[in-house]
Amino acid sequence: MADIKVQVIDREGVIHDLEAPTDMGLNVMELCKASELSVEGTCGGMALCASCHMYVESPHLASMPEKSENEEDMLDEAFFVEDNSRLGCQIKLADEHDGLVVRLAPVG
Amino acid sequence: MIQTDIIIIGAGPCGLFTVFEAGLLKLRCHLIDALPQPGGQCSEIYPKKPIFDIPACPEVLAGDLIDRLMEQISPFNPGFTLGERAEFIEKDEQGQFIVKSSGGTVHRAPVIAIAAGLGCFEPRKPPVPGLVDFEGSGVEYIIKDPAMYKGKHVVISGGGDSALDWALYLADGVAESVTLVHRRDSFRAHPDSVQKVLDLSARGGMKLLTHAEVVGVSGAAGNLDGLTVKLKTQGELALAADHWIPLFGLSPKLGPIADWNLNISKNAIEVDTFDYSTNVDGIYAIGDINTYPGKLKLILCGFHEATLMVQSAFKRIHPDKKNVLKYTTVNGVNAF
Ligand SMILES: Cc1cc2nc3c(=O)[nH]c(=O)nc-3n(C[C@H](O)[C@H](O)[C@H](O)COP(=O)(O)OP(=O)(O)OC[C@H]3O[C@@H](n4cnc5c(N)ncnc54)[C@H](O)[C@@H]3O)c2cc1C
Ligand code: FES
Repeated sequence: MADIKVQVIDREGVIHDLEAPTDMGLNVMELCKASELSVEGTCGGMALCASCHMYVESPHLASMPEKSENEEDMLDEAFFVEDNSRLGCQIKLADEHDGLVVRLAPVG
Repeated sequence: MIQTDIIIIGAGPCGLFTVFEAGLLKLRCHLIDALPQPGGQCSEIYPKKPIFDIPACPEVLAGDLIDRLMEQISPFNPGFTLGERAEFIEKDEQGQFIVKSSGGTVHRAPVIAIAAGLGCFEPRKPPVPGLVDFEGSGVEYIIKDPAMYKGKHVVISGGGDSALDWALYLADGVAESVTLVHRRDSFRAHPDSVQKVLDLSARGGMKLLTHAEVVGVSGAAGNLDGLTVKLKTQGELALAADHWIPLFGLSPKLGPIADWNLNISKNAIEVDTFDYSTNVDGIYAIGDINTYPGKLKLILCGFHEATLMVQSAFKRIHPDKKNVLKYTTVNGVNAF
């Protein structure tokens, strides 16, 4: 499939319309970093730092796999955690994510 | 006062390896780190994860890599100031640097190597309004002296080992009451401690509030006396508390480095790749903390930077001595 569209709302509320390939194993944290958005990704995507905490604002949330124990554990150390909180590095971009909307969580 | 040849700020892998390369040139080193243990990110974030890109180590656990570095540098007897943050740098009349750290330790050397990684590991502070007003007078992020909680009403937040272990410890005849507040009802702690917490709270020996978070602090004249806890389904709850101990782990912050008159770009120190010197004569920066065109934040790159950096430091410290590169195979490692 062609690139999918992903919308990222940054911490200032600015909307970034991004296009992402789905055949490169990219996750949403990496997509943000590659697009120069301010996501640290300190641990490189191993669910060990929570710097990629974001909210999933589109209906994709419902069909995403449950959070792993590691992801839950790391969210315990994050703040402003909501029901739609996810770690961006744990969302591997695939065709079904076309139209995904995420909002970056505030940094604590 | 501690006198040495090179003060290394940051005891991560790159700071540690600097000791070895400096030792080969008979330069002494002293390391300062805010953490109580050496190893930087390797020890603090991923000690049990395997690393695969250290040359000639097909696989090594991050924690083991640090143990091996400690072993490798031990012949050179480095000094350590651990658990203290390097705060101030100034120069004395002899042109030597004086580095003061948060515990009041004073260090003096002709050369500083900053190997501060992503910055200082500091406790994550919950975004509760007015929190800073109570820091040190009711809100503590680290437990230094458990005896101060004797007879007090203590609230602990967090779901990890340190939160559970301290809750159990303080509930065992130390504090008057202990309440543990956690975001969900499972914990990322040792199953044994989790069971103990559940048992103890069932017996009334401590209070457990799950699906809950502290959202407010209150008190008069800077002394904490209460907290507001938001429960996911049942609204808010007022809790009397003499102390609140939020334990949400550590995260790196650039910290005082920003005030040392160094050229900084995007939270990293700009260096000259000739010798990893900064814009301040005598101060070098290596490892994750530095930046230059093509920079990669990798351990092996930091090792290389440390090696070139000490050559330049040697020339600064001994301007009239000649240094010729000697393979370690020729003379081995000569301890001092
Ligand atoms: C999950 C994860 C996986 C990784 N995997 C790999 C991998 O496979 N291969 C690889 O090469 N790299 C990997 N890395 C990156 C690697 O860990 C870093 O490149 C490396 O730790 C950098 O070492 P350093 O010595 O420069 O800094 P750090 O390890 O960050 O250490 C810096 C130290 O300086 C201290 N400090 C900072 N400021 C001060 C101050 N003012 N006063 C006192 N102390 C201070 C900090 O407390 C810290 O202990 C990984 C990183 C993470 C988080
Ligand atoms: S990048 Fe560290 S948790 Fe996602």
